[in-house]
Amino acid sequence: MGFFIAQLLTGLANAAALFLVASGLSLIFGVTRIVNFAHGSFYMLGAYVGITLMGVLPGVLGPHFGFWGAIVLTGLIVGLAGALVEIVVLRPIYRAPELFQLVATFGVILVVQDLALMVWGAEDQMGPRAPGLRGVFRILGEPIPKYDIVLICITPFILLALWALIAKTRLGVLVRAATQDREMVAALGVNQRWLFTGVFALGSALASWGGALQLPKGGADLLMDFNIIGPLFVVTVIGGMGSLPGAFIAAVLISVLNVFGVAYMPQSTLVLMFVVMAIVLIVRPYGLLGKEEVAGEHGQSGAPETPIRPFGQRGKIAVAGLLLVLALLPLVTQPFALVLLTDIVIFALFAASLQFILGTGGLVSFGHAAFYGGGAYAAALMVTYAKTPMEIAFLFAPLGAGMLALVIGWFCIRLSGVYFAMLTLAFSQLVWSLVFQWRAVTRGDDGLIDIWPSAWLSGTVPYYYFTLVVGVLGILFLRTVIHAPFGYALRAGRDSARQAEAMGIDVKRVQYVAFALAGALAGLAGGLFVFAKGSVFPTELEIGKSFDALIVVFLGGVKTLSGGIVGASFMAAVEDWLTRLHYWRLLLGLLIIAVVILAPEGIVGSARRLGLRLGLVKHTEAD
Amino acid sequence: MLELRDVNSFYGKAHILQDLSFSVGCGEVVALLGRNGAGKSTTMKSIIQIVRPRSGSVTLAGRELVGQPSYRVARSGIGYVPEDRRIFTALTVLENLEVGRQPRRDGAPFWTVDALFELFPNLYERRNRLGKAMSGGEQQMLTIARTLMGNPSLLLLDEPSEGIAPVIVEQMAHAILRLKAQGLTVMISEQNLHFARVVADRAIIIESGAKKFDGSFEELAAKPEIRDAYLAV
Ligand SMILES: Nc1ncnc2c1ncn2[C@@H]1O[C@H](COP(=O)(O)OP(=O)(O)O)[C@@H](O)[C@H]1O
Ligand SMILES: [Mg+2]
Repeated sequence: MGFFIAQLLTGLANAAALFLVASGLSLIFGVTRIVNFAHGSFYMLGAYVGITLMGVLPGVLGPHFGFWGAIVLTGLIVGLAGALVEIVVLRPIYRAPELFQLVATFGVILVVQDLALMVWGAEDQMGPRAPGLRGVFRILGEPIPKYDIVLICITPFILLALWALIAKTRLGVLVRAATQDREMVAALGVNQRWLFTGVFALGSALASWGGALQLPKGGADLLMDFNIIGPLFVVTVIGGMGSLPGAFIAAVLISVLNVFGVAYMPQSTLVLMFVVMAIVLIVRPYGLLGKEEVAGEHGQSGAPETPIRPFGQRGKIAVAGLLLVLALLPLVTQPFALVLLTDIVIFALFAASLQFILGTGGLVSFGHAAFYGGGAYAAALMVTYAKTPMEIAFLFAPLGAGMLALVIGWFCIRLSGVYFAMLTLAFSQLVWSLVFQWRAVTRGDDGLIDIWPSAWLSGTVPYYYFTLVVGVLGILFLRTVIHAPFGYALRAGRDSARQAEAMGIDVKRVQYVAFALAGALAGLAGGLFVFAKGSVFPTELEIGKSFDALIVVFLGGVKTLSGGIVGASFMAAVEDWLTRLHYWRLLLGLLIIAVVILAPEGIVGSARRLGLRLGLVKHTEAD
Repeated sequence: MLELRDVNSFYGKAHILQDLSFSVGCGEVVALLGRNGAGKSTTMKSIIQIVRPRSGSVTLAGRELVGQPSYRVARSGIGYVPEDRRIFTALTVLENLEVGRQPRRDGAPFWTVDALFELFPNLYERRNRLGKAMSGGEQQMLTIARTLMGNPSLLLLDEPSEGIAPVIVEQMAHAILRLKAQGLTVMISEQNLHFARVVADRAIIIESGAKKFDGSFEELAAKPEIRDAYLAV
């Protein structure tokens, strides 16, 4: 009994930080309709700034005022940083499609990561103990840290304070009004720009308080931002977007579950959270206290798309020429260049599969790596455990990934917009944690090794040709699908679900099939990858991998299939020298933000526009 | 006080307002008449800058409004009551009024919540109800009251009598006449000539976004062909 209560209390204490962070995310989403992927970065900043201030302030203000003053001040400082991000990065793009906003906040993640590295270094930092709260209370014989009890006691007050702010103040009234109808709020004389900035600052401050408050129980490290995203999204999805009480309930639920998971099922702590999420979503698709999304207001709202046309004569010749060059390259280049080219083709196929679901399907999938890594693991598991010959194991890559996409898609397709994005990300984290923690089968982070191609394909040159053929066929297949009636149906559903339904298209079904197809092709790329490298590790399933693909598609241009391919080539080429630089994330982050704001059509779109202006490209050759 | 000169507004490629010009004098109540789809709402939105005119000018007491954000236009003294009301449904009546609250403005009547409850007694009884729990007529009163909380000197009312019970329409006409007596300038859009005639001094008729008539109701009565051509009977 004592043990049980102790576990419960620890869970409740852990819920404090998670609730603070989640409430900030919810608040920001409610008003700005932006899912701030950089929210974890403000949590991390809160931890680092908190440590620094806790090192300085107690010397000036005494231990108690120093510690708690440091926490308060952390919120102010990080809140200001949040305001800055809102003004510089988000203000110009509130009217842009969701994807642009999501990618921009991802740019912010990269920038903050490197800034934190510059200022605080790569070493993990221990959090200081809270003054006067060093010991433990004994409850039914079990030791409970005093600080945990304090956290448990203050969390309801935080919830109450936030509730009062939202329910009782003019700011809260304006925030709620703006959540429903921003335009009307502006027409009544409210400068909503500053309202947005204020809300973003407050949300960031809440995240930073979460980071600072957990310091005595943990510390600060450079992975905090990514590590919190999984639980954060799970809590937000379970609680319901934009609901503070929902966030509170879900934070408690997840934290308590985690503590018991660690005690009773240490092998599956990470997975448990996602299982609970899946169950909640089956019963309540918009979370425990969430409301159904009002369609229309924040759907994709970019410029109308130029219709996709088949390649013109010149385009066909250019592509054929390029393929010829690629086919002849092994005669003249060094092996290492071929290895790089193999990587590029694999990445291009992966990116094209994402572009298909994202551009043509209009579904912003944030967990596409689940299928890429999933395909790689499917093949690798066949080789490892069934000694399957490569030719057959390879087929399991698209097959396994396609099946996985059918399962995940079943949950995700029912939702749209940001819910879809968050859910795909959460599911990809589920797959990742499954692979990471199920060591008996997947060998965890030791990875699966010795996965080599058959004799006739081994060697750099034969495998390069194999990759080239499979990759080009895969991309051609996607092109064919896009131009087939199925592709038109998919686009019709993206542009106006209602009209498409009126035309007799079962939009959700079409999207479901497209999602599975995109998953299978990502898995194909993963299959190519695993036999190229001879091994696969959980890193291929990480959030970072999904984001790599998103960035590539985004940089290349969302609207054309070639965008993904050009982006992948550009990225692979640039990454090679970029990653040699010390602070490459900073540069890449700034580049992404600049592209979002200045050249939202990506490389292909911008180049085409330049070409049009210079008279080099004719309209008819579009794709 | 308000002057539109050669205003052209678009929705995408659709050219809605076509070189629209008119002016509204201080203290006047003007009815903007026209059939459904004539461009009345677009005219109002082009004044408050929810729709941004592509060319032309809209001035309030000589100050250019085109290109300014809506909140500035509102703060310069224009109160806008949209036709679809746009009540904040998840907020109570009092909270809806709070959103509209702006500081006192020189040269315009100053409104308090109590004064508004006196003008619209129904609202007082419902003050703690959520917006979504109100009838259409009550919502219409709430939108007007909410806008008056901004202490405007010019009120834009977009089809306030639409879809509302006759009793309430009468109350509304009463309220508008009281506002007029307080010196408020009002522009009211209507398809309903009878209601317009009760409250307004002057009529402006538009069709396909262009002005077809501008004058007193007596002049309009003398030209039945205009009424028949541009107004639904
Ligand atoms: N949001 C919109 N997008 C495109 N067209 C619109 C929009 N709103 C109105 N219109 C069109 O503009 C014209 C004028 O509409 P509106 O100003 O609402 O007329 P009224 O208020 O006189 O009924 C109509 O033809 C209408 O179909
Ligand atoms: Mg209208």
